Amino acid sequence: MSTLALKADHISKSFYDPVTFEVLRDVSFEIEKSKFYSIIGKSGCGKSTLLYVLSTMDTDYKGTLELNGNVVTGQSQNELARFRNEHLGFVFQFHFLLPEFSVLKNIMLPALKLGKYSKSEIEDRAYEKLKLVDMTEHALKPASKLSGGQQQRVAIARSLINDPSIIMGDEPTGNLDQNNSRIIVDIFMKLAHESGQTIITVTHDLDIAAQSDNVIEMMDGKIISMT
Amino acid sequence: MRLFKKSVNLDIALTHLLSKKKQTFVAMMGVTFGISMFITMISFMTGVNEFMMELTLDGSPHVKIYHPIENKTVAMDSFAGSAEMTVLHHPKPKNELPKLKDGHIILEEISSLPEVSGALSQVSSQVFYNNGPVKFPGMVVGTDILKENELYNLTEKMIEGNITDLLTYQDGILMGLGLSKKLGASVGDRVSLTTPEGQTFFFRVMGIFAFGMGAIDDSRSYASISTVQKLLQVDPSYITDIHIKMKDYNEAKSLGVRLEQSYGYKAEDWETANEAVLVGEIIRNTMTYVVSITMLIVAGFGIYNIMNMNIINKMRDIAILKATGFEGSDVSKIFLYQSMIIGCLGGILGLLLGFIFSSGINQVPFPQNDFINIDTFPVNFKPFHYTLGIVFGVVTTLFAGWFPSRKAAKVDPVEIIRG
Repeated sequence: MSTLALKADHISKSFYDPVTFEVLRDVSFEIEKSKFYSIIGKSGCGKSTLLYVLSTMDTDYKGTLELNGNVVTGQSQNELARFRNEHLGFVFQFHFLLPEFSVLKNIMLPALKLGKYSKSEIEDRAYEKLKLVDMTEHALKPASKLSGGQQQRVAIARSLINDPSIIMGDEPTGNLDQNNSRIIVDIFMKLAHESGQTIITVTHDLDIAAQSDNVIEMMDGKIISMT
Repeated sequence: MRLFKKSVNLDIALTHLLSKKKQTFVAMMGVTFGISMFITMISFMTGVNEFMMELTLDGSPHVKIYHPIENKTVAMDSFAGSAEMTVLHHPKPKNELPKLKDGHIILEEISSLPEVSGALSQVSSQVFYNNGPVKFPGMVVGTDILKENELYNLTEKMIEGNITDLLTYQDGILMGLGLSKKLGASVGDRVSLTTPEGQTFFFRVMGIFAFGMGAIDDSRSYASISTVQKLLQVDPSYITDIHIKMKDYNEAKSLGVRLEQSYGYKAEDWETANEAVLVGEIIRNTMTYVVSITMLIVAGFGIYNIMNMNIINKMRDIAILKATGFEGSDVSKIFLYQSMIIGCLGGILGLLLGFIFSSGINQVPFPQNDFINIDTFPVNFKPFHYTLGIVFGVVTTLFAGWFPSRKAAKVDPVEIIRG
């Protein structure tokens, strides 16, 4: 059993509009399981772009990407959607909950889509995840009625519902105050070290980077250090 | 498993619809209005058409056999075989009576045909009705009045008098309403008729009828067959027309062709005789369908717009659904379900409303009229129209939802999430 969660092999990506601009230049690296990785770098260095390539949502790149030992490069959009559903969790900077649904329903949706468990089991599991982020008492509120920090915690609970092996965050604390940021980093640490999930997060916050197991630093579309 | 996944999409679709109740309602009303108008118009128009058709068919035979007078001249015969060139100018036809030879035998043969429900023979002639010095051209029809009643339901058309009076009184006639008004004659009055040959006879008006068709009511009267034969000074075997009613009036045309071939007389079917009515019906039907379908398409555009707006508003949601593992097809199903639900609910409501509207029209009293025997506006209630309405409504919304939902399926989540 490999201990690699992710393997990026010579990944390059260019934007063509308005002028050709190479965002990622031949990036190769490996990520181990059960670790908390931070990707840091200045704005425009390509760290977010890299994350979206790793997330399988962006398929317009050169090179090869392997997640959990599967080569995902070249798979169809539908296959990738199923893969994301089962193996990947996402937390974005702007929480992105579905405003019409209750907190609980927001968390349940990806699991309902996966269809691995019955509805009542999914509900139980959703409560479990809510407990993990300490939001149980808000379960039945509409998602739009929560504060930013609360929404972000719900988003984390949602990302965990299918027990993904890799959780990716795009500045998950970028929009939050110190206190809320700390809570979220703590949750991530716990997930990596206690549940054995791999966390990859892009961040500006050097405090978070300092707390994580590994830091990948990028500049001008290249990885300049990996510790 | 497949069903389960579908229900997630449906669940999301329903939540979207319910969270924007007003918008959903407006979209639904578009369909409802379109379909209810479609049902109302179609029910009313086909009701009118069918009524007109009945009116026409009621008063006219399905097939009529008669002897057309053609411009056959004997003059040409006398020059036949001559070597010289002959120019014949303004030839006159020979005297020919519009008689059906062996008419009684033909009638018997036709009556025994399986597709014929009834047939009768008539002696009809053009006459002048005299009202003092004024003459009105018209027709007198000598007929077996009981048979006539069987074929044309004459009893129902009688306004005054009784058809059996014709049997008891030799010189009695039944007169069309319009004609009786022109002559100023009412039941019991004596009127005088002049035949084309110049003889004048007196008749007593025994009854007045109205078919609801000016062509008949303004010119026709009925008398017994022997009376008319006497009037025309012809023998009792003389008949001019045979009227045939079919069991299925759609077979009239083919029977007419066959009869023409076997007897050599003109056999005119009702379709040919009433071409104008049929053309009118086709035009009205076409217009009804065009207007109704246009309304449904307009409703469809309404849904298209609303769904498009909906998808633009829901870009973030679509992106997040895709990021968390919903496939393009799931996303398009979510939006397709929404328009289907709008279409189905709006459609059913439209059928209901259409039924109520057309029932309403059916209650409106028809302006009272001596000629037309009808109390309220004619309206059809045909399941076929309702089926057509709902099918067309659902298909329209399906199309209206299809394009926006395809767009939703193609949303690139990265673009939305990265902003």
